[in-house]
Amino acid sequence: MSEAITPSDFPVAESGLRPPASVVTETGWVRVLLIAVAIAFLALFLVLPLVTVFVQAFAKGLDAYLAAFKEPDAHAAIKLTLITAAIAVPFNVVFGVAAAWAIAKFQFWGRDLLVTLIDLPFSVSPVVSGLIYVLVFGSQGLIGPWLIEHDIQIIFAVPGIVLATIFVTFPFVARQLIPLMQEQGTVEEEAALTLGASGWHAFRTVTLPNIRWGLLYAVLLCNARAMGEFGAVSVVSGHIRGLTNTLPLHVEILYNEYNFVASFAVASLLAGLALVTLVIKSLLEWRYADDIAAGARRH
Amino acid sequence: MHAATSGSTAIRVEAISKTFDTAAVLHDLSLDVRAGELLGLLGPSGSGKTTLLRIIAGLDRPDAGRIIFGGDDATRLPVQERAVGFVFQHYALFKHLTVADNIAYGLNARKRSERPAKAEIKKRVGDLLDLIKLSNFGDRYPSQLSGGQRQRIALARALAVEPRVLLLDEPFGALDAQVRKDLRRWLREIHDRTGQTTIFVTHDQDEALELSDRVAVLDKGRLEQIGTPDEVQEHPASPTVLKFLGDTIEVEAIAQNGRVHVNGRETPVSAPASAVGPVKLYVRPWQLQFADEEHAHLNGFVRSSYRAQGRQRIEVDRPGGKLLVVEASDNARLDAGHPVGLKINSGYVFAN
Amino acid sequence: MAVSSPRPRRRFRQPSVIPGFGLTLGYTLTVLSLVVLLPLAALVARASGLGFSGIWGVATDPRVFSALRVSFGVSLLAALTASLFGSIVAWVLTRYDFPGRRVIDAVVDLPFALPTAVAGIALASLYAPNGLVGEQLAKVGIEAAYTPVGIFIAMVFIGLPFAVRTVQPLIAEIDKEVEEASAILGSTRLGTLTKVVLPPLIPAVLTGFALAFARGVGEYGSIIFIAGNLPYVSEIAPLLIVIKLSEFDYAGACAIATIMLAISFAVLLLINLIQAWSRRRFGYV
Repeated sequence: MSEAITPSDFPVAESGLRPPASVVTETGWVRVLLIAVAIAFLALFLVLPLVTVFVQAFAKGLDAYLAAFKEPDAHAAIKLTLITAAIAVPFNVVFGVAAAWAIAKFQFWGRDLLVTLIDLPFSVSPVVSGLIYVLVFGSQGLIGPWLIEHDIQIIFAVPGIVLATIFVTFPFVARQLIPLMQEQGTVEEEAALTLGASGWHAFRTVTLPNIRWGLLYAVLLCNARAMGEFGAVSVVSGHIRGLTNTLPLHVEILYNEYNFVASFAVASLLAGLALVTLVIKSLLEWRYADDIAAGARRH
Repeated sequence: MHAATSGSTAIRVEAISKTFDTAAVLHDLSLDVRAGELLGLLGPSGSGKTTLLRIIAGLDRPDAGRIIFGGDDATRLPVQERAVGFVFQHYALFKHLTVADNIAYGLNARKRSERPAKAEIKKRVGDLLDLIKLSNFGDRYPSQLSGGQRQRIALARALAVEPRVLLLDEPFGALDAQVRKDLRRWLREIHDRTGQTTIFVTHDQDEALELSDRVAVLDKGRLEQIGTPDEVQEHPASPTVLKFLGDTIEVEAIAQNGRVHVNGRETPVSAPASAVGPVKLYVRPWQLQFADEEHAHLNGFVRSSYRAQGRQRIEVDRPGGKLLVVEASDNARLDAGHPVGLKINSGYVFAN
Repeated sequence: MAVSSPRPRRRFRQPSVIPGFGLTLGYTLTVLSLVVLLPLAALVARASGLGFSGIWGVATDPRVFSALRVSFGVSLLAALTASLFGSIVAWVLTRYDFPGRRVIDAVVDLPFALPTAVAGIALASLYAPNGLVGEQLAKVGIEAAYTPVGIFIAMVFIGLPFAVRTVQPLIAEIDKEVEEASAILGSTRLGTLTKVVLPPLIPAVLTGFALAFARGVGEYGSIIFIAGNLPYVSEIAPLLIVIKLSEFDYAGACAIATIMLAISFAVLLLINLIQAWSRRRFGYV
């Protein structure tokens, strides 16, 4: 059997039907159809609303757009939104890192239950998230009378807004870091300890660099939600213009006053934030996929 | 094989017990490690050898027993203060640090008052890079290196802090066969040059026997035997050690008047005084020889034969459905179904 | 730690040399209790004050009942739609390569990133009778804004990323050798898809559906602008909580909140059951 095998020994099917490039994909027209359906659906439901925000914001020209930001109420809303995020995000970073350290680096009884409890705020309606704080701190709430006696205002004031924001963004950092730190295990920390490092030194020089991209990713998403939260904040804010209005609440007020251009102008600021968030998020995912997460992309 | 360095005791492991959750992994285990020796902890997976290594390092706490470092009780000593060098199975290099920074990590982690000057750290790192023959790799990151290179860097990192003892957990477990052989020889050279007291864990008999001054064989959390490679091979302390160190054939035998008999025929194997009556005789494949009917201790039929590494291996079916593999140097090719007789030249019997 | 007893025993935690357990766990539990558990407990305490009959009384109030029906009913339909198209999107994004794929992949997360109020006013202006899409729909006789159709659209928007992102990683992990094996054994592509590829994806699709459903039921910001909020027609349960609160009817607000909370925990439980089943059946979540 030393004869050379020539191509003609295995004739290729010469019909017009070309087989697909691979057995593990669909035929050409099915692929095109599915891609078209997916893109059309996403364009209609996601892209179009986003574009609308900017179209409506500039509907009466640049001057009308800019006028929306000359209002003192708008300034106050921007300021309050920034303050809220500046408190809520670091708070959740500290909590998330501490929780992830305890849960990911140690084996202990009740660990899964703890993770479920940390996850709870994600499955509570934003309105209910606001409600529970009213029930604790409101005038008819658990410690409401005591607060009134001591002249401390939480509901319908900035502290309530910050608390409600912390609640709705509570799981972000922990959720992101727990699977990541579980995957990384404890061996590098152990190596650092055998080399004489203290626990804190090992955390600073080994753990923190290992989770930095995952942490940045979580901070990004946490911040977007903190600045954009509407339902929970709406319930606890009392809608006091210039005092307890965040940007999303300001959008609502302007819209309900039929001041559409101003409303969409302020909304475009938040939409811009969302776009920046998405771009950085995607960049992080492409560049540092392995350093971000073990698959857990649930929010 | 290697001259056992008969130094003083560097580390004493005293009656260590350890359980995880509900499974006991170490039972009342004691052994001494001599200063300057290269000790291999050999055992199958689950034998507790890695746990023992981690307890010596201070990464795990024993439930009972003591660890003594050069006369001082170190059982309660935190891992940072033990001055051990630990090389992890998968290296555990710090991904975000360069090779040089990895090696310098232990020195940089010291308190300011105890930390060497920058220039001295740099010099120490340079010397270690020379030692592991990776002089030009200081600026690379671990991800840019091969497995063997990473292993050498993990070793340099552990040596940088001048540890009292070097501990290696399955140091060659994750490497290709060829790299593994090279690294083995290289580790032996480094050890001979530095005289560093070293304990390494392995499940590979060849590795332990080739590399160690002494081998400690562990099984199910107990120390079965400790001795030079020659000692454990020539005088295995138990069937477990014997079986773990190579292929063995188990034969039913009778001990009588200090001799072992198989199928009514006397063998050259002498029985220990305490072994009387039915015993198990353990034989290595090369301790059997083809013999004619009247000298054979065992009989059977050839099932198949094949050649491997210059020797003939013959599978023999014995009555009762047992199969044994015999090694022979003869070139005689035996056909399947051919009846054969086997003579036992030597073997091992243990006290009941 | 008692060193004297070498006997096996159960411990609260496995011993470890890694420091900081007490500190971080203590901090975690304290913060979790103060921020999450105690406020939620306040709601449960309030609700148990009402008793079952009290909650039942509120739930069967015609306006509340109709709001709950709208919230749950429309959310169910929206989650179904989101799951169907979300699965297609997930498949297309994972299995096909085409220009702009990465951008489109990023766009899927838009509802996560875009504040709900912004989405709400954008959808309202698009689907209003004089809006870009609303006008076209009006021509074929569909009124979107200020009807349950509008609520449906907002809920699909908000639920879509859940449907896509729970299925996507599993599609990426499908072992192509299994598909090749199926093809070699003579199966057509359609047969391979329906018999080999899709069945293991079912748990993920169900999980995505449940998440989208739960999110839709609780959603507020993106819906209220487009819904019109007509009692008995397009009023959703979360809005009714806000209305009750503004009327200082705390008992009513708590009753509705409790019902919604109970349903979301039921969904959470369902998801866990699906995942437990999936782990048994397919060996992964």
